Amino acid sequence: MASYNTSDFRKGLKVQMDGDPYLMIECNFVKPGKGQALYKCKLRHLIRNTVIDRTYKSGESLDAADVEEIDAQYLYRQGDTFVFMDNESYEQYELTEAAVDDAWKYLKEGMICSMLLFNNNPIGVTPPNHVVLQIEYCEPAVRGNTATNVTKPAKVETGAELIVPNFVETGEMIRVDTRTGEYIERVKE
Amino acid sequence: MAGSSSADFQPTAHWQALHFRAGLLIRLREFFHQRGFLEVETPLLSADTVIDRHLDPFVVDVSGSPRWLQTSPEFAMKRLLATGAQAIYQVTKAFRREELGPLHNPEFTMVEWYRQGDTMADGIDLLDSLSQAMLERGPAERVSYRDAFLQHAGIDPLTAEPAQLRAAGRRGSAPPQSLADDDRDGWLDWILVEQVQPHLGPGRPAILYDYPASQAALAQVRHEDPPVAERFELFVDGIELANGYHELLDPDVLHTRNQTNNHARVADGKQPLPEDSRLLVAMESGLPPCSGVALGFDRLVMVAAGADRIDQVLAFPFDRA
Repeated sequence: MASYNTSDFRKGLKVQMDGDPYLMIECNFVKPGKGQALYKCKLRHLIRNTVIDRTYKSGESLDAADVEEIDAQYLYRQGDTFVFMDNESYEQYELTEAAVDDAWKYLKEGMICSMLLFNNNPIGVTPPNHVVLQIEYCEPAVRGNTATNVTKPAKVETGAELIVPNFVETGEMIRVDTRTGEYIERVKE
Repeated sequence: MAGSSSADFQPTAHWQALHFRAGLLIRLREFFHQRGFLEVETPLLSADTVIDRHLDPFVVDVSGSPRWLQTSPEFAMKRLLATGAQAIYQVTKAFRREELGPLHNPEFTMVEWYRQGDTMADGIDLLDSLSQAMLERGPAERVSYRDAFLQHAGIDPLTAEPAQLRAAGRRGSAPPQSLADDDRDGWLDWILVEQVQPHLGPGRPAILYDYPASQAALAQVRHEDPPVAERFELFVDGIELANGYHELLDPDVLHTRNQTNNHARVADGKQPLPEDSRLLVAMESGLPPCSGVALGFDRLVMVAAGADRIDQVLAFPFDRA
């Protein structure tokens, strides 16, 4: 198995510890006077998203994690399972509700997502940064109030509830930023 | 390695920082000139190199024989002292492999000075004067290594049992898993970095002195109970700026320490470094009593300018070099 020595350590490295994949999100070199060089790292668990602190002595190494990012098309949901397909190999992947996390709010059938594979098993999915969703239901707009800072909840076609400006109406299409869950604009069909 | 991008040709330091840096260098040279120090230059590519367990020099092949890019100009400057120099200083580049981070660049600027006849107390006084002249933050607080550990980590670094050291080291964030139980200096370094250093020199500079004898490097050991190394370091805002010694004079002791360090290097999986050197010969001919200090000039600029990363005061750090 490939491994990384401390001198290879840097932000963005994907490593494996106790069988779990981690992303190195911070790595600071510290060296006390005449002492041994230390690498103080923050690592994010790629499945649970928890962050741990670890310090390594110069010369230590970490196993590389076999983590791959692929384009996967969202096919359908079956109970708690979300089914995707690798667009190149046509292989199907299933993700649990927990692994999909907040992404379910934006998933529309046929949507191309970025999927993370660890040892060829899917561990997470990220929808495109911007998606267009139809409003399934919201309270009618209050007449005369066109200010964008007045908001209301709206249920969209995926079943998620998002916050939209007051002027948005049921049946309209809106563009949403999936990283923040924020409304961007109305979209004409 | 990071590939080059279109903005990589530009310096990381602002012009303002580079002006400030040049101004500080003028003041530094004035400081030494006023005190009768002679500025010297010594080779960067030398057949000799400092042998330290945790210092790794770059090696250059010159017609089949190794030349070492100097990790500090210490050896050559001591050869000058052995042949009559009274007070000398140097502003030079120093090179250390794998030292790269917010406070480290593998190629950096070092100021090093020596004065004949100086005791450790004299050496500390001179370093303090320089710190006051450069940083204008007043006199340094002087605290022994032992007192600093007692105060900030609640442990006596010179007499604590290994188990007590490990317990103290585990009080903060988790130590490296590979830190061996019996690696006394490793545990002391860990406690220093995690628990002591952050308290050294917030606002007011601090000079730590009387290091454990096991960390003497090229300093004299004062044989009291327990023995301590006459070594001192300057810290400002928790950042280590300078390291000084009441210099070791005995070539036999240097020879023994070289062997010990090389054994440790081999055990760490590193290559041993050449033990014979012209410094040893110079010490056999007689090195006069003296004290000397090495100061990281880039860090001095950083601290004086209020920067928090070394690349803010370097035109081109390593990844743009």
